[in-house]
Amino acid sequence: MGLLSKKDGKLILDPLADNNPITIQVLGICSALAITAELEASIVMSISVLFVLGIGNVVISLMRNIIPSKIRIIVQLIVVATLVIIVDLVLKAFAYELSKTLSVFVGLIITNCIIMGRFEAFALGNGPWRSFLDGIGNALGYAVILIIVGFFRELLGSGTLLGIPVLGDPIEKTGLYSIGYENNGFMLLSPMALIVVGIIIWVQRSRNKALVED
Amino acid sequence: MENRTDKNSYTIIFAIIMVIVVGVILAGLFGWTKPMITKNEEIEKQQNILYAMGVNENEGNSANFVSTEKAPELFSQYIKKQLVIQDGKVSEDDQAYLIDVKKEQANAKAGIARRLPLFIGEKDGKTFYIAPIRGKGLWDAIWAYVAMDESMVVQGAYFDHKGETPGLGANIKQRFFMDDFIGEHLMSNGSFKGINVAKGNADPKNENKTDNEVDAIAGATITGDGVSAMIRSDLKLYVSYFENLKNN
Repeated sequence: MGLLSKKDGKLILDPLADNNPITIQVLGICSALAITAELEASIVMSISVLFVLGIGNVVISLMRNIIPSKIRIIVQLIVVATLVIIVDLVLKAFAYELSKTLSVFVGLIITNCIIMGRFEAFALGNGPWRSFLDGIGNALGYAVILIIVGFFRELLGSGTLLGIPVLGDPIEKTGLYSIGYENNGFMLLSPMALIVVGIIIWVQRSRNKALVED
Repeated sequence: MENRTDKNSYTIIFAIIMVIVVGVILAGLFGWTKPMITKNEEIEKQQNILYAMGVNENEGNSANFVSTEKAPELFSQYIKKQLVIQDGKVSEDDQAYLIDVKKEQANAKAGIARRLPLFIGEKDGKTFYIAPIRGKGLWDAIWAYVAMDESMVVQGAYFDHKGETPGLGANIKQRFFMDDFIGEHLMSNGSFKGINVAKGNADPKNENKTDNEVDAIAGATITGDGVSAMIRSDLKLYVSYFENLKNN
């Protein structure tokens, strides 16, 4: 990577696979279960987290030497909540339509443990540039899993992708449905997201034995 | 070795400064954006009401409002009357669309007679009666504008929500759900029955419009129940208006 040093590049690439926030660090599971019933919601959530985690990590990193350690968790919460509210207000004033789409994600972002987890584990001990890269890397790692889970849940649960029917019409019985295929309504419920994440973890660890814990 | 930032006095001062700084930033931003947000919300109400009576820019499967620039003009063009019904008395009020249904519901609980807004629209020679309703979903508020004809048959509906789960409950604002209500009867054999968002519906294509049922969304049971409940409780309040309409 010409643009980044090897060490910095690792900050972006590691969370995509070998140190993935969801499958390895087991952070951000709650939102991964909640909003992956549709691919579109997964993508919107991924972009929102990318934004908040990138900027939040930089802010916390800049403040890392003045934050009193006794109340650091509260300070982190305030930073992320403030960021999210600022974005929400500005969108409501200037891009009302977009804010309507995103407003449901606001609460999910504030409580997303990836954000608190990266503030605590990385930004408090590293400079702003590296923290920024770490934030982007982890958000991308989160996005990869969300999109994979969203893809399978929407495809098998509703027979659509991004809202477009790809397997035919279940009511008119066209396409795959004409030979007796049925949507699996269970895929739309949260437990199936957990099972899909579980399968991803299984596949990942069986291919890379170094990840298996004793 | 004790760190400077570990001292109690430092912690307290830090907390105070942080709260003040964040408070000032947010209060300032809120004050600055408030007029714009209020304006956006007013226009949105007009768009919602117009959407329910079929004045919209729907394309394919997606629900689209008329543009924000055109909304105020179209609103005055299509909405002929704005009524407020209070204690059975009907009066006209051209600001009725700004009535806060949530506040009125709270007033009703406190014993103050609730003001019920009703908008009368005309399009292609047809008259629409549009009523706002509000209720609870799984996480937060849900609300809707329902357009009816004079015998309380639904002509169109717009549903919205504050924080239902994306992909599940949030789908009440998708066309496949909203369009299902069109043509459904709210009355059954002369009495008000509402419309039930039903699971295990034997009529998924919704061909039977007088069964007072539409098909539920999988994975959104509680939001769906909330929709049924708000239709039952809030639209029922308008029944006497429609009965008077028929008798006159």
